[in-house]
Amino acid sequence: MSRAITPQAKAINTGLAWSVALLIAFPILWTVLTSFKPEPQAVASPPIFLGFDWTIQNYIDVQDQRAYFRYFVNSVVISIGSTLLGLIIAIPAAWSMAFVPGARTKDLLMWMLSTKMMPAVGVLVPIYLIFIRLGLLDTRIGLTVVLMLINLPIIIWMLYTYFKEIPADILEAARMDGAGLREEILYVLTPMAVPGIASTVLLNIILAWNESFWTINLTTVNAAPLTAFIAGFSSPQGLFYAKLSAASTMAIAPILIMGWFSQKQLVRGLTFGAVK
Amino acid sequence: MTVSLRALLGATALLALSGAAMAETTITVATVNNGDMIRMQGLMDDFYAKNPDIKVQWVTLEENALRQNVTTDIATGGGQYDVMTIGTYEVPIWGKQGWLVSLNDLPAEYDIDDILPAIRGGLTVDGNLLAAPFYGESSMVMYRTDLMEAAGLTMPEAPTWADIEKAAAAMTDKAKEQYGICLRGKPGWGENMAFLTAMSNSFGARWFDEKWVPQFDQPEWKATLDTYMNLMTNYGPPGASANGFNENLTLFQQGKCGMWIDATVAASFVTDPKTSTVADKVGFALAPDNGLGKRGNWLWAWSLAIPSSSQKQDAAKAFINWATNKDYLALVASKEGWANVPPGTRSSLYANPEYAKVPFAKMTIDSINAADPTAPTVKPVPYVGVQFVAIPEFQGLGTNVGQEFSAALAGQKSVDDALAAAQKLVTDEMTAAGYIQ
Repeated sequence: MSRAITPQAKAINTGLAWSVALLIAFPILWTVLTSFKPEPQAVASPPIFLGFDWTIQNYIDVQDQRAYFRYFVNSVVISIGSTLLGLIIAIPAAWSMAFVPGARTKDLLMWMLSTKMMPAVGVLVPIYLIFIRLGLLDTRIGLTVVLMLINLPIIIWMLYTYFKEIPADILEAARMDGAGLREEILYVLTPMAVPGIASTVLLNIILAWNESFWTINLTTVNAAPLTAFIAGFSSPQGLFYAKLSAASTMAIAPILIMGWFSQKQLVRGLTFGAVK
Repeated sequence: MTVSLRALLGATALLALSGAAMAETTITVATVNNGDMIRMQGLMDDFYAKNPDIKVQWVTLEENALRQNVTTDIATGGGQYDVMTIGTYEVPIWGKQGWLVSLNDLPAEYDIDDILPAIRGGLTVDGNLLAAPFYGESSMVMYRTDLMEAAGLTMPEAPTWADIEKAAAAMTDKAKEQYGICLRGKPGWGENMAFLTAMSNSFGARWFDEKWVPQFDQPEWKATLDTYMNLMTNYGPPGASANGFNENLTLFQQGKCGMWIDATVAASFVTDPKTSTVADKVGFALAPDNGLGKRGNWLWAWSLAIPSSSQKQDAAKAFINWATNKDYLALVASKEGWANVPPGTRSSLYANPEYAKVPFAKMTIDSINAADPTAPTVKPVPYVGVQFVAIPEFQGLGTNVGQEFSAALAGQKSVDDALAAAQKLVTDEMTAAGYIQ
């Protein structure tokens, strides 16, 4: 039986939830507002909240200086590509770790995660040299592979925890019915793990979309995604906060919209297995 | 050989030649995002008209990201960039490594001798000009003429630190959020340490003695920091330990600073009525001194250089020739006015009577001429650089020492503790790097 909630408690909880949400979303809201301000008003003190001269000039200037669409396409290709490539490797890996664990599976999982603890700059030069040799600098394919490798531990870990929730008996039943390994993974395991896979995909697209170290260091012109687009508007000498905000808004808008429409899957995926 | 065969061969040769002439070379230019660079990108039609066979691709990045990108590329021979925007700090270091292409063979009309001697000296290694200056800057005092007048004071053209303190005290009215002086406090080798290193030169301080022994335990550094702390705690804005160039620019433009000692390039921002509320009330003076023969001003030039890994060095040189020659200055003047011409690179610009009318022109050139990167300090030093030490270790050292000094400004530690910490960390690092035997 659920506990009775008084209207007052509900109002307080709702108010509290909205306050926290607003607090968390405030930097984004402020960025969006700043993007519509003229440059001098963007740095006005005290700050102007809404009563400024609204303008879309910053967006026009940003588009004039650099073609947004090219960066956008690169971001889409790299983030989706790296996630899908990661899934192809991670699903069989997570399957074997969840259902046929070996003596060292736990160590292997921890080791994979530990690679995320290494500062990226530590391997910049070796990876750069490999990229030069293979002709992969400033290519989408090169960046897709690197981002896939970076996110692979997280993809495997997430899938592993989701797969662990699925009873091994079902897979065994499928095997008894004559399913081979391929059929077992493709037609039995994957459909049951769809919510988990969906949230893994969404989260990793977001991670790949926001990755800035490798995407800035390994690209120049052709493969540069939106992270490089934003970095180009930051200036040490000169006030371009409004333009920087416009560029940031344009860069985060697609992923924000995607996140908004898929929030149900995201929340479900992230809390999957949290309550037992 | 028949006539027709000869004609055919001739026509083929002609076609091949024209094909070669028409072949387009694409060069990649890495640059920072500042006003002069953005302006150049808007004027590229002129370059394309003069160089129809060269196409330019831009990679614009934030300064630190750019530095990391081009360093990685140049050190590994990646060849991603054909032209790079680098500063006077990188040129001597990279030049010694053989990473940059000599620009001594630019055409005669480029007139290398027209480049300001102080700037040219900073960009030359072993007699080779390794980068062409796009714009040069020093630092100077920018002050509010109205507040000085109200206080009954006159700013000397070449003030001392005592003059600065007197003016700061007179102009401070904290109740009205009006602060006598705004200086950099944000930690970083290019932030507070650029200012403090230049300031320390005028107090007779130096980073290292001739044997690379750090000098933060000497009285000159103590005097520098004591003066800085006194100015900032008594007459500076609150939270100054987070203020860099952009933050102080905002404060000054909003009328909250009586004085601001910073890059000469700021002059065009603070006198622009579109962004500055005090545009018509700004005066300029040389950076202060203490009568020791060195002023507290720095020297920097954002310059264009060609990495030796570039496969398109001829096209890159054509671009650099266009972007940094006298015709480019005239082009900017004709399109955007003289005040927007990239400053601080050529003597001829300062001989131009039209440019002399720009309010900050004289003080900019005087400030640049007052800096000497090869003899930056009162006592002798083993390094080149006015507001930096041109060794690879300086980026890390400068930022770490900057954090100590910024902590002192924030009140987290005393000046003595900050200096002792700086002395220790620089000694450790220089010993590990093999400078101190």
